[in-house]
Amino acid sequence: MPEVRLVNVTKKFGKITAVDNVSLHIHDKEYFALLGPSGCGKTTLLRLIAGLIQPDKGEIYIGDKLVNDVPPEDRDIGFVFQTFALFPHMNAWNNVIYGPRVKGFDMEKAETIGHEVFEMVKLHERLDAFPSELSGGMMQRIAVARALAAGAKLLLLDEPLGQLDAKVRNELRYDIKKMVRDLGLTAIHVTHDQSEAMAISDRIAVIKKGKVLQVGTPQELYMNPESVFVAHFIGESNFLEGYVSSTSSKGAVVELRGETKVQTDDKSAKIGERVILAVRPETFIVEKGLKSGKNSFLGEIERVTFEGTNIRYEIRLENQDLIVIIKPSLTEEWFNTGEKVTVSFPPERTHVFAYPKAGLREEIAVE
Amino acid sequence: MPKKITEALDRLSSKKTIKYGVYLTAVAIFFALILLPPILGIIIKWDTMQQVLNQPQLMTQALNAIENSFAVALLVSALDVATGIPMAWLITRGKSKWLNVLDTLSDIPFIVPTAALGYSLFLFWSDPSGISSLFGNTLVSPGWLLIILLHFTFSYPVVVRVVVGALLDYKMEYEKASRTLGAPPLTASRTVTLSILKPSLIAAFILAFSRSISETGATMMVAGVFENGPVFIQNMKDNFLAGEVSQATYEGSIVFASFILIAVSCTIFALIRILGPRLKLPIKRVWPTFERKLSYSKASTSRNSITLLIFFAIILIPSLFVALPAFEAISTDTLPQSLSGAGVWGEYWQSLILSYSLGAVVTVLNIIIGLPMAIIVARRKFGTLPSAILDVLVNIPLIVPSIALGVSLAIFWKQNFAFIPEIWLLIFAHLAITYPYFVRSMSAAVERISLDLEEASRTLGAKPLGVFRTIILPLTKYSILSGAIMVFTRSVSETGATLAVATNLQTAPVVLVNWVKQKVAVTPLEIGLGCGFLILFSFIILLALRLIIRGKGRY
Repeated sequence: MPEVRLVNVTKKFGKITAVDNVSLHIHDKEYFALLGPSGCGKTTLLRLIAGLIQPDKGEIYIGDKLVNDVPPEDRDIGFVFQTFALFPHMNAWNNVIYGPRVKGFDMEKAETIGHEVFEMVKLHERLDAFPSELSGGMMQRIAVARALAAGAKLLLLDEPLGQLDAKVRNELRYDIKKMVRDLGLTAIHVTHDQSEAMAISDRIAVIKKGKVLQVGTPQELYMNPESVFVAHFIGESNFLEGYVSSTSSKGAVVELRGETKVQTDDKSAKIGERVILAVRPETFIVEKGLKSGKNSFLGEIERVTFEGTNIRYEIRLENQDLIVIIKPSLTEEWFNTGEKVTVSFPPERTHVFAYPKAGLREEIAVE
Repeated sequence: MPKKITEALDRLSSKKTIKYGVYLTAVAIFFALILLPPILGIIIKWDTMQQVLNQPQLMTQALNAIENSFAVALLVSALDVATGIPMAWLITRGKSKWLNVLDTLSDIPFIVPTAALGYSLFLFWSDPSGISSLFGNTLVSPGWLLIILLHFTFSYPVVVRVVVGALLDYKMEYEKASRTLGAPPLTASRTVTLSILKPSLIAAFILAFSRSISETGATMMVAGVFENGPVFIQNMKDNFLAGEVSQATYEGSIVFASFILIAVSCTIFALIRILGPRLKLPIKRVWPTFERKLSYSKASTSRNSITLLIFFAIILIPSLFVALPAFEAISTDTLPQSLSGAGVWGEYWQSLILSYSLGAVVTVLNIIIGLPMAIIVARRKFGTLPSAILDVLVNIPLIVPSIALGVSLAIFWKQNFAFIPEIWLLIFAHLAITYPYFVRSMSAAVERISLDLEEASRTLGAKPLGVFRTIILPLTKYSILSGAIMVFTRSVSETGATLAVATNLQTAPVVLVNWVKQKVAVTPLEIGLGCGFLILFSFIILLALRLIIRGKGRY
């Protein structure tokens, strides 16, 4: 059973700690994403699982087997590289049956497998083509086919769609997901694209500076981010700074700049604590004119951007904070630049975080 | 350069006529000085070949010698590739910090001038003072085996250098992909890495092959009665000078031998070029269990040990063995005598100065006429096809045996331009031999610079010469330096062509060959010290250049 467990795994490159004491449990037949900004250590983590590099500390298990000292060729994995890494001196067919061949399968079996996976990636007509004659999307399909043909139950994908056009990328990600599901594989998919991770994964681990910040389903991460970084990296958030002015059974009241008070449903914050309030752009209610009410702010529309499905408003609040609000373009009324509006949000849709020690800008930086 | 002059030159470079004028001049010089004279030299004396065809015995002798040349070159290049790959692998993939030292050591036979190297090997393998003293009689007599050992020694570093470079540029992703698909390390490197690096392996083979075919000076020292092509040509020259053969026979035989050497070399290289890409390495068969066993620690440790043993016992120690008599000479009165320039030493010091000055002049000339050519080839300045043709033509002097090149050059210049002083003939000969090395390495360096950088510079307002000054030159200056090092060492080592064109002037390798051949009465200590000085000065010059480019680029 190809479940994967990492126990306190650390990997350093010189003075840089690429993977910092990471523990993860990826279940059998799960589609799991490692998501984070570039340089966060997600690819290093994948290469550790593949055995392409060795951990300095910690244990890696594939199934029940401790694989720290097992070379990559004996880990029974399929690895799909960002750069495709198709062997340039072999045609598509020979690339695909390379795995069965070097594993010593008899030729008949290798060819049967070859035809099966070519059928799966729908490229039977390009058997004889060399990598240089294929488009990016085709090359990546062949790379996936090659990884599958080796008969692995664990598929490791390192930014497999990173080098492809947007349209091809969208198409291919669902194809890969379907193949993984149909074959009953476990997949670990590295990406820096949160929409890609949200679209295909059963669960996602958000990684920053070598540490796993949060693991959860796409919904869990979106609805209940556990840190400012996750709230920022998964979807989009408005961050409002303030202090907890009072607490009650309903939750903490946070005083923002300009003495505006906001009711939240957070029960853990303490009076006087400096906090960040995160509110998703689509949770705001916008009304024309100046109206008073709970969790309401007055503001002026500074910029309107039409994005197709949605309209995006940038609104300057009275306390000078700038917030972003997103509304469906077809079903809601539109506002114009310069218009005075009242915005409000329900208390249960806010997330309260302790103010980061390094400052907000540093905390949400992705580079 | 004062700013105004630079600006004026920059402006001039915008003019198409000026720009193409520079390129055309470079091409014209290439044809006039490097490519055509050797070819015309043979054509001029074509008739004299009749002399050889009329003397079956002489023809058999010449053909045997040429056959020996190719047999030795093929065998040696195959051995070089077979032993050079594990060494390059060890240098690039090993984890020990000593590998840097090993990397530098592997260049030593490259920087020891071949004449000194030949003498060193002779001492080590054949002389009673060398390894033979352990066995009571001569271990390897001068002859074919010693020639093979010698050629193996001086061409080995070339192969290691090329393969190390290729392995460093190689995208490891392919090998890793192969490992994740289930291939053990040996299978992965055999079916993927070596197959992808095939062009570099072929290039390494060609370089080793052409070095072996061309080498003359050191070969003469260890040949004994064995004759290969270059030795045959030199022997005919000696016989002619001694009055044993007529001028017609002498000319006929050297034209005959040179022509066959050039023709066969060109055919072999054309065949390698055409068949090389089609040559399939045996990658379809795999032996999973067997190759797995060979992949892991015990097998790779023994492979590394054998590689190191071959390197130290066959390459490095014999190459440096000449240092022993040189050290011995220091404690005797040979050293003060040599420094005072008494006896044979006057001639020696003159030849040393000539060698190094010649090397310096040829290096500067190469930079001046080679750079535009490198840019033409790398940037396809004359369109794809003409540039590709030039690319192939540039290689020709590389594959022509240097003594044959020298002979035909000498015929061409002396026949048509007898007034040209001998020193110019030497410069032309050395220029022809070193030119491909410089253009090759520079065009590769220019190709590595993204065209985007040049275009960015143009869009920001730089004129063509400005682009060259501000982008190409700074980015390739270390390659220019390493190209210059190659040219310089090759020129200082060169013996074959020098012997062929010069009758009065003697370079250091020529003097040393004469000493070893006992054409001048000298003692073994004096030969040792002579070789020692040559190695020492070459080493100091190279070390200085290497310190300048340290860590900035490889050659």
